Amino acid sequence: MEPFRPTRGGGARAWLAAAEASLLRSLVAQIIALVAPDGPPAAGDQPDDLLDWNALDAQMGQTPESPDDPVLARLLPDGYRDDPTASQEFRKYTEAGLRSAKQQAAQEMLDTLPEAGGKIQLTHDQGHAWLKALNDVRLALGVRLGVTEEFEEQWGALRADDPQWAAYEVYAWLGAVQESLVQALA
Amino acid sequence: MSVAPAEVDLPRSADKPVSDRPWVTIVWNDPVNLMTYVTYVFQHVFGFPKKKATKLMLDVHHKGKAVVAAGAREAMEHNVEVLHGYGLWATVQHDN
Repeated sequence: MEPFRPTRGGGARAWLAAAEASLLRSLVAQIIALVAPDGPPAAGDQPDDLLDWNALDAQMGQTPESPDDPVLARLLPDGYRDDPTASQEFRKYTEAGLRSAKQQAAQEMLDTLPEAGGKIQLTHDQGHAWLKALNDVRLALGVRLGVTEEFEEQWGALRADDPQWAAYEVYAWLGAVQESLVQALA
Repeated sequence: MSVAPAEVDLPRSADKPVSDRPWVTIVWNDPVNLMTYVTYVFQHVFGFPKKKATKLMLDVHHKGKAVVAAGAREAMEHNVEVLHGYGLWATVQHDN
C-alpha cells in the first residue's frame, strides 16, 4: 500500500495491492450486511416472494430496540445515555435513516475500490464516504476485539501464534489507511 | 371561581426550572475513533475552525466527554443523528 496523499481539487489518491483491496472489500461488504434492516440473511433464509409481507408487517408496528449485538449497538448507538424512553423514541425516527446512510457510504467505497487493487483515485466526496465506511469497519472490528485506549499494549501482549493476532494487525493497518486519508482530505 | 393565592410558592433554589435549561450535544470518548478523524468531523459538521475542533477533541480524549453544541432539543437530536452517521459516540441531554 502507498498511503493516501492529497490531489489537486481536494481529492486523494493511494495505491493498494490486490490482497489489500480484496480484504477491504470483504470488510466493507460485511458492514453492508450488518446494517441491512433485517441484519445479515441467514443461510437458506431466502423468501420465495419478492416481498416478505410478514417481515414488513412486523416492522411497521415495531419500535426498534437498542441492538443486543455489541457491534450493532456501537454502529447504531442510543441517542440518550440515561433515558431509555427518549432513546427509543429517537431510534424510532432515526435508525432506518442511519442504517441507510451507513449502507450508502459503504457502497460508495465498494464502487470506487477496484477488486484488483492498484491506483485508487478519489474525489473529496468519495474520500469522505470512505472515511465513514472505514470508520464503521474499524468500530466493528474494534468492538469484536475489545480494543481499548491501550491497543498497542493489548497487541504486544499477544503471542504471534494467537488466533487474534492477524485481526489486530488488520485493525492497526485500517487505522493507518484511515489516518492517511483524513490527513489527505483535511 | 378561585382566587389567586396571596403567596406563591416560588422555587427557592437559584436553579433555573428544568424547561429553561438548554439541551446539549455530548460526544463521549471512544477507544477506536482516531483523534484526527474526530477533529475532522467537528470541523466538517459544525464548521468549527481547526483550533476549536482540536480543543474539543482533546477534551473528549482527556476528560471522557465534551459538550459540542447547545440549543433546542430538536437541533441537538439532529446533531447526534449526524454524528452517529460518522461513527462518533454522541448523545443528547439536558444541560446540568
